[in-house]
Amino acid sequence: MPAYILKRLILMIPLLIGITIICFGVMHLAPGSPTDLETQMNPRASAEAKARLRAMYDLDKPFHQQYFLWVKKLAIGDLGRSFSSDHRLVADKIIERLPITIVINVLSMILILVIAIPLGVLSAVRQDTLFDRITSVFVFIGFATPTFWLALLMMILFGVHLDWLPISGIRSLNHEYLPPAEAFLDLVKHLILPIALSAFGGLAGLSRYMRSNMLEVIRQDYIMTARAKGLSEWVVIGKHALRNALLPVITILGLSVPGLIGGSVIFETIFAIPGMGQLFYMAVMARDYPVVMGILFIGALLTLIGNLIADVSYALADPRIRVA
Amino acid sequence: MAEDFWKRFKKNKMALMGSVIVLSLFAVSFLASWLAPYDPSEINLQEVLMPPSTSHPLGTDQLGRDVLSRMIWGARISLKVGFAATGVAIFIGTILGALAGYYGRWIDGLIMRFVDIMLCFPTFFLILAVIALLEPSIWNIMIVIGLTGWMGITRLVRADFISLKERDFVLAARVIGASNLRIIFVHILPNAMASVLVAATLGVAGAILTESALSFLGIGVQPPTPSWGNILTAGKDNIDIAWWLSLYPGLAILITVLGYNLLGEGIRDSMDPRLR
Repeated sequence: MPAYILKRLILMIPLLIGITIICFGVMHLAPGSPTDLETQMNPRASAEAKARLRAMYDLDKPFHQQYFLWVKKLAIGDLGRSFSSDHRLVADKIIERLPITIVINVLSMILILVIAIPLGVLSAVRQDTLFDRITSVFVFIGFATPTFWLALLMMILFGVHLDWLPISGIRSLNHEYLPPAEAFLDLVKHLILPIALSAFGGLAGLSRYMRSNMLEVIRQDYIMTARAKGLSEWVVIGKHALRNALLPVITILGLSVPGLIGGSVIFETIFAIPGMGQLFYMAVMARDYPVVMGILFIGALLTLIGNLIADVSYALADPRIRVA
Repeated sequence: MAEDFWKRFKKNKMALMGSVIVLSLFAVSFLASWLAPYDPSEINLQEVLMPPSTSHPLGTDQLGRDVLSRMIWGARISLKVGFAATGVAIFIGTILGALAGYYGRWIDGLIMRFVDIMLCFPTFFLILAVIALLEPSIWNIMIVIGLTGWMGITRLVRADFISLKERDFVLAARVIGASNLRIIFVHILPNAMASVLVAATLGVAGAILTESALSFLGIGVQPPTPSWGNILTAGKDNIDIAWWLSLYPGLAILITVLGYNLLGEGIRDSMDPRLR
């Protein structure tokens, strides 16, 4: 097993290098110099000040040197300083906003699993029944629904008309004066809609995937053997079939990481959640390149880690992978 | 073979429903100037945020513009973006996939590693980052959505090429002295187009969804040009007073995306079973 993990880690190196090249390349696609934005609004910026600013961001050096300097800093966790007026470290800005984004994504992933797996298994076991057809229709509609639109509708329904749930931020204004239990409840109420909607996006895909996996597995010989042994249908499906149909789901979860992270931009912007997605959106709007570049890199890194965890868990669950 | 395809296609309810939706959307986009009851950018400050009525079937927006007319013109925008972005993705994906599958070895390794790297980025992050650098114009959006959506097509085309290049007709072409490029583009590629067609149809749906999300966030199609996404932005700004601004454009996106998805799956199911 350690050998397998080592192999996976080594395979990650070229990907990591590629990621840094793309991050760096994308940011230098910009016409002109990134610091133009900071100086063009300021008529008092002298040529000398501009040069100093360019030197501060290493923009006075040749392209490849800039890249190596950037990677060198990256290696020690230095993502540079934000262009915004506070000039804070990009790494600090991201770290303080990362936890809420990860909490929302992990919870919505759990929600996806809890709903999609039983749904997929049931529609496979009851293939071509009314239940299967109805879920198929829902899956098709789910695929086509823009989740940000659904978020708007839910905000109108639960926030405006029924007034059950708050629609903005992660805590109420009087949050600080609430006793701990109520403060927690307040947080939960704020997170219900974002988590539910973020989960909705992945639900259709996973349940359909689960269904086709299950359909494939229940046609295998060992399932027939299990039935022939006289095992109850419950044991055949729940124990023999499900465990094998669940395996590829691990990979799918790993693959869904970039989608979830990307989606957080939309949810965090709609629901005004102070997470990494919202920071990214604000940085994009303000053309705060160091922050954009930093988050782009962190987003890709999280994906890479997600895939690694998925691969390793798959190997733990399925001995055939380890040997091969 | 084509006859068999049509036979199966005509029996496929999903495919037919998808075709009806997609063809209607084409009709609406081409006839926008005749169908729209009002000028989509005509501002009328006397009729701001009017709920749906007989004179404005889907209400008016915050500047008193007719929502139905804006949605009809928005259909044209989403069609344009969907097709152009998918075109870019197909172009890149097909060429890279063909090269990787046909030549194999280090070319294949290089291209597929590039695909892996691109897949590490949350697509939406990458699109936003590039849009932040360039101006958010409709052209840039088409190109950027296309530039971030070719990886799946590359994998498909590569897989097709790997199996097709071993076939006898390729050997025959080589025997009569056809060049590599001729074999790739004239002999193998047409045989790989079936799966590309399915991917393209589904890709249009994805591109339309992405465009609407970008426009909704204010970094896509810019007002006053109407798009379904930017009408929804107005819906969010007036969420407590004007539900019609939120409901209808989203419904239009849903139906459109559903149409392309149904058509794509319908085409796939109607294809020669051997190609599936």
